[in-house]
Amino acid sequence: MSITIAVAGNPNSGKTTLFNALTGSNQYVGNWPGVTVEKKEGILIGHPKVVLVDLPGIYSLSTSSLEEELARDYLLESNPDAIINIVDGTNLERNLYLTTQLAELGIPMVLAVNMMDEVEKSGAKIDGAALGNAFGVPVVEISALRETQIDELARIATLAAQKKGHFLPLHRFSGGVEHALGHIEEVALHQQPEHKQRWYAVKLFERNELVEAELSLSAELKAHIEQDIRQCELEYDDDSDSIIAAERYDFIEEVLEKVTVRKKAGEMSPSDRIDRIVTNRCLALPIFAVVMFVVYYVSVNTVGAGMTEWTNDKLFGQILLPAISGALADWGVAGWLQGLLVDGILAGVGSVLSFLPQMVVLFLFLGLLEFSGYMARVAFIMDRMFRKFGLSGKSFIPMLIGSGCSVPAIMAARTIENEHDRRMTVITTSFIPCGAKLPVIAMIAGAFFGGKGWVAFGAYFLGIAAVVISGIILKKTPLFQGEAAPFVMELPAYRWPSLKNIFVTTWDRVSSFVKKASTIILLAAIVIWFVTYFGWVDGDFQMLASGQIDQSIVAAIGNAIAWIFKPLGWGEWRPVVAALSGLVAKETVVSSFGIFYGFGEVAEGGQEIWSSLRAAFSPLSATSFLIFVLLSAPCIATISSIRREMNSAAWTSFAIGYMTSIGYSVALMVYQLGTWLQSGAFSAWTGIALALLGLMLWLLFRPSPKAVGSLKQANAGVRG
Amino acid sequence: MKTLRDVRIGESARVVKVHGQGNIRRRVMDMGITKNVEIFVRKVAPLGDPIEVNLRGYELSLRKDDAEIIEVS
Repeated sequence: MSITIAVAGNPNSGKTTLFNALTGSNQYVGNWPGVTVEKKEGILIGHPKVVLVDLPGIYSLSTSSLEEELARDYLLESNPDAIINIVDGTNLERNLYLTTQLAELGIPMVLAVNMMDEVEKSGAKIDGAALGNAFGVPVVEISALRETQIDELARIATLAAQKKGHFLPLHRFSGGVEHALGHIEEVALHQQPEHKQRWYAVKLFERNELVEAELSLSAELKAHIEQDIRQCELEYDDDSDSIIAAERYDFIEEVLEKVTVRKKAGEMSPSDRIDRIVTNRCLALPIFAVVMFVVYYVSVNTVGAGMTEWTNDKLFGQILLPAISGALADWGVAGWLQGLLVDGILAGVGSVLSFLPQMVVLFLFLGLLEFSGYMARVAFIMDRMFRKFGLSGKSFIPMLIGSGCSVPAIMAARTIENEHDRRMTVITTSFIPCGAKLPVIAMIAGAFFGGKGWVAFGAYFLGIAAVVISGIILKKTPLFQGEAAPFVMELPAYRWPSLKNIFVTTWDRVSSFVKKASTIILLAAIVIWFVTYFGWVDGDFQMLASGQIDQSIVAAIGNAIAWIFKPLGWGEWRPVVAALSGLVAKETVVSSFGIFYGFGEVAEGGQEIWSSLRAAFSPLSATSFLIFVLLSAPCIATISSIRREMNSAAWTSFAIGYMTSIGYSVALMVYQLGTWLQSGAFSAWTGIALALLGLMLWLLFRPSPKAVGSLKQANAGVRG
Repeated sequence: MKTLRDVRIGESARVVKVHGQGNIRRRVMDMGITKNVEIFVRKVAPLGDPIEVNLRGYELSLRKDDAEIIEVS
């Protein structure tokens, strides 16, 4: 008979460390269905039949966030055999708040008091047995980091789970509340199983609408319960939900009074001293800039880029590709199959693998920032700047990394807790020009604007403006409506991060990317290879020789859809196909032009084809082309990481569709309005461009429906 | 009505009542801001918002706008 144990606890309580210590490498990382929140499961070491489920880190079961909702639904619906509730021994008061709620679920529970090493070092004492008695649960004092007492915890939790019994919570509220709860249980809950009655009673007392709906109480019964609640609120001169919250904390204070000897108050901990400098009003921003510079410089510029280049050029370009091509030729493999394997699959897989070194380095850094406690300070420092655009302060890191490569940048969005903020970051990050877009920028700048630096500057400005404008526009759409998750964030104590944790997390993230992304990229690579290397020569469908791309399927597609890009000023198949080829990787745009203009290989900035470009484009249409390439759908590797992070085909299509329509609209406006200003000729397209501009401005400046609603709510709340 | 927003940096206040509605009110109470708890306002972020407070032995940050729903004395 298999046993399921859920691991629950506050964020920063050491839950991840404990989970790693309990399961070792026997982990499966996935997502909770339909959302972007990570779900981890694993087998308990030494107990092959015990499955551990790592619940998201939460402060409460009250469903004010997605994570709380997931955890609550899991605990109520999947009926795990036991809960391991990990609490931070250095911060028992707030950690035990969740414990009082978990206890009401009726599921057998073990309390793991973590960071006992730190507790002892600080001179505080905790009487574990007395704490256990107060809650009616077994207590194990552990250090997840040093892996002390982990086996004992596993043993006791398994024992508790094997009983397959129920648990009745011991803690009591004060007389008036208990009276109301008892009455609610009596009139509305007597048909529910005994061990669940208390949970429901408390929720009904708090006027929880979800539970009211779940129990489908009659209006009469509801009115009856309402009377009890009102009476109690009168007696306590407070609202029912705050009575419950306050009494939970009162109970905890009372317990802690008996079971702990606290360290002297007023003394500054090492963490406080660090924070005095790190988030100091004057020093915070310079320190932040230095930290970000180091992260960027090492992961994007030096180690990351160097290793990426090595994987791309050396490992694939000079070692693997020639070796495999040679071997395939020696074996007499058919030409098309060679092409599929080398130009299609290997090139496609190579494009994924070349990101890995950068990704590994970046995730090591992110792990360091997260586990040390600095990441929360990043949100604290940057919140004011980002929240206006529907982003989190933590969005800064994805945006920064995005200037190197969007793939790891989008994955870095995983450190953002709030799902709205995370989605918004994933959608907007690839507007920031990545390294692969630089050759395109250089090509256009060189051919049309004398290679001036302001073109590149303009490209970054455009990217940042697109992020800001998108944030403001999208925030007001129904997709990002609904009550905003509040920014009430714990600033955890600074800690030395455990290397094991950082490595395990990095491994999880990178390997899950490779697994999920590579399948999409593989498929896409095969399709792209097919449409580029096959086509019609003199009416015959065949595989093409190099340099025949103008006869390929992709050229046919380009020809067929070229009219769509007429209003952008470059409605001819060559630029259209070049822009399409950017889906493989953005720098391919340059080499595609090289092939079209008969140069084969071109330098990175495409110097050879500048004069051909000048014949094909005007400076204005070249600008519109550049804008489209910069803003529209990113490369396939990025799309697949968006898919991975969104965990939803609908959201992925929305993101790609949104980017492409923004790219198209902005390019159209620039070309048409530019033409109008230059020539003075007003056409139907000028009108459309003006209408688009008007629409964009309206979307940007219209009042947010949400802001109006919540203001009313807030006022009502204050009056009440 | 004096709220947490009005408390100066380096000063403490006692919570009288949590106003507001919905998620924010819920979250504020879940994080331990309940009747009679003592809150110490430690600092403000370099860009002027949010603020950092200390209560129940830990550090919490919240936006000034949200601090307005917390009535203190």
